[in-house]
Amino acid sequence: MSFAFTEDQQLLADSAARFLADKYGFDARRTVMAAENGWSREMWRAFADLGWLALPLPEAHGGLGGSTVDLAVLMEHFGRHLVVEPYLATVVLGAEAIARSGSETQQAEILPQVAEGKLTLAFAHGEPTGRFDLARIAATATRRGDGWVLSGHKAVVLHAQTADRLIVSARTSGEITDRDGIALFLVDPKVAGVTLRPYPTVDGLRAADVILDDAIVPDSAVLGEVGAALPVIEQVVDRALVALSAEAVGAMDATIALTGEYLKTRQQFGRPLASFQVLQHRMVEMLSAKEFARALCYRAAGAMDDTTGVERARAAAALKSETGRAGKRIGQDAVQLHGGMGMTDDMAVGHYFKRMTMIDVQFGNAAYHLRRFAGLS
Amino acid sequence: MELALSAEDAAFREEVRAFLKDRLPPEIAAKAGSGFRLSKDDHVRWQQILFEKGWMAPGWPVELGGTGWTAMQKHIFDEECALAGAPMVIPFGVTMVAPVIMAFGSQEQKDRYLPRILRSDDWWCQGYSEPGSGSDLASLRTKAVRDGDHYVVTGQKTWTTLAQHADMMFTLVRTDDSGKQQEGITFLLIDMKSPGITVQPITTIDGSAEINNVFLDDVRVPVANRVGEEGKGWTYAKYLLGHERTSIAAVGRSKAQLRKLKAIARAEASGNGTLIDDPDFALRLAQIEIDLLALESLVLRALYAETAGKPPGPEASFLKIKGTEVQQGLTELLVEAVGPYAAPFQPEAFRQDNWNEEPVGPDYAPALAPLYFNWRKASIYGGSNEIQKNIIAKTVLGL
Repeated sequence: MSFAFTEDQQLLADSAARFLADKYGFDARRTVMAAENGWSREMWRAFADLGWLALPLPEAHGGLGGSTVDLAVLMEHFGRHLVVEPYLATVVLGAEAIARSGSETQQAEILPQVAEGKLTLAFAHGEPTGRFDLARIAATATRRGDGWVLSGHKAVVLHAQTADRLIVSARTSGEITDRDGIALFLVDPKVAGVTLRPYPTVDGLRAADVILDDAIVPDSAVLGEVGAALPVIEQVVDRALVALSAEAVGAMDATIALTGEYLKTRQQFGRPLASFQVLQHRMVEMLSAKEFARALCYRAAGAMDDTTGVERARAAAALKSETGRAGKRIGQDAVQLHGGMGMTDDMAVGHYFKRMTMIDVQFGNAAYHLRRFAGLS
Repeated sequence: MELALSAEDAAFREEVRAFLKDRLPPEIAAKAGSGFRLSKDDHVRWQQILFEKGWMAPGWPVELGGTGWTAMQKHIFDEECALAGAPMVIPFGVTMVAPVIMAFGSQEQKDRYLPRILRSDDWWCQGYSEPGSGSDLASLRTKAVRDGDHYVVTGQKTWTTLAQHADMMFTLVRTDDSGKQQEGITFLLIDMKSPGITVQPITTIDGSAEINNVFLDDVRVPVANRVGEEGKGWTYAKYLLGHERTSIAAVGRSKAQLRKLKAIARAEASGNGTLIDDPDFALRLAQIEIDLLALESLVLRALYAETAGKPPGPEASFLKIKGTEVQQGLTELLVEAVGPYAAPFQPEAFRQDNWNEEPVGPDYAPALAPLYFNWRKASIYGGSNEIQKNIIAKTVLGL
């Protein structure tokens, strides 16, 4: 067992820290967020040049074959800088779903383009009444001639508006909560019958609801085995939980650093806030919550690659529950310790708070994963 | 101990309910109930309806336009208003500056301002906090220099809620910095149309702009607008803090939020049922309901003491802490209840009257995450909860 980063991981961490500190300041991020699509193509090309888009993709298709720990190293730095580019949607969710279930032809068509930054993806799975239950899929896929007809409603699909391809889950058979009968489709969002309702999210990203109304796709759009997609979806999402948690840990780290700086600078009652013991203890509790979440995060990252089945699922559930709880607490306390300043849009701390709040909501909150963990014992 | 409402109070509750049913404009109640921002006109319209009824200023002496209600009746009134979705009466005039003017203002000030407050002719804002003076308010530095019949005021106030609508600002300024900090502070009433005042909105983390910076640059304020004596402003401000000490708990508002939370939990799918059947969620809902019951019990106890003529104790600090914890806990559960649809940011869905599109997700969803973010202010403003704990430690525990 080793908790040390490999030399490559350390290099990745160093280069991510350097690049993002240089190019991804708070003001630069705000400019990008306000632009039409809410993220930067130029930044995306830079991510491609740095090898970050290729990092976790299979070597056979233009990737670097990186581990989940590698991915977590990068995501932690994304969290420190609140990166808004569609990395989770494209690389962590979309490309991973294709890598796990796509044919050689599909992988060869899509993955190298993802690695080169030429193509982005979105993962259209969750539905309005599905809450966090991955099996609860009402969207339907019906055989017609050589192809399939898709109908349904996909909720809060991250970065759908700019995606070149959507990965859409739909039911080919069975009842709404059946584990069997779900298939994945690679869908061009421009085909007839696909309507997007895009919006910004409260934490500064972009998403859309995707309405499928008799959208026709060819048989070649099916990813993997028809009716057997749920295990793939679960594996993809569990790895995404680790990526999101790593992002949360990076955000926690940055939040604590900002808050510590603020306490040292802000004077009230003739002395720095940092000199008040009650605030010091609050900071210690925040730091401790972050340290435990981070330790669990890298352990779970290892488990994604080294374990399967219940053990892998338990690692993901434990982590997401812990980071959801820790992120909420750290975010709330950081705003409180910043006082009125913490409430302003001009201070970075509120943006970290909002991102951590929404990470908890994505793919299941702390309460959901706590119960999931209990059920997996 | 007799814990049921008296027949008189029960009848009073019915009277308030009947009035609200009859006079609260349904469109305003609907806006407030679904988390819409209310306009200045909405607030003024409702306050004028209250004025016509004679219920605008329950806390005032009867001869000045008060209602003569007991503390319990005031509580019942606040609670029924909140449950009916009535807009909160903007407190800066009627409950904040008015008692100070009554106690320490000149006859001229009383004659001029109190009737205008009662009729909502003037919108007031509070100029206390400054960029360098938050919890440590007495360190404020906005300077007022005497020049004949005027004070010339220069400095900056911040977090000034709804200053963009304000006609008047009551403010604490420094007239002397030679002695103890608290002793050089003066209480001034400033006309917001005075030359030299600039109001700059502050965007908060929920994306709204209800608070402001107010810059004062050589603003000339007549000495006649000073309340009481020069250098006594701190005493007057503290007098204000002891006023209306139970309303800070906002029990009625939290009851309304709890009702909304339950309605959402009944509407949200979870597993094969709805969220309200989810045992984990049900337990957390139960816990916050118990917290709210405990809060209400302490409020009732304080009201009883007030009615019995007992001097105010430290309950305001307990009520502030627990009250804001309950409010924040409810907003947190509301976000949790709505699941993934907490994420879309659709401010037009709860800020614009004329937005005709359907929001994505349930129509109750768009306001919830912004409400949660916005409500983090509650444990910061009005003396942060840390400051309240200091007060309790000192005054109750003698530490």
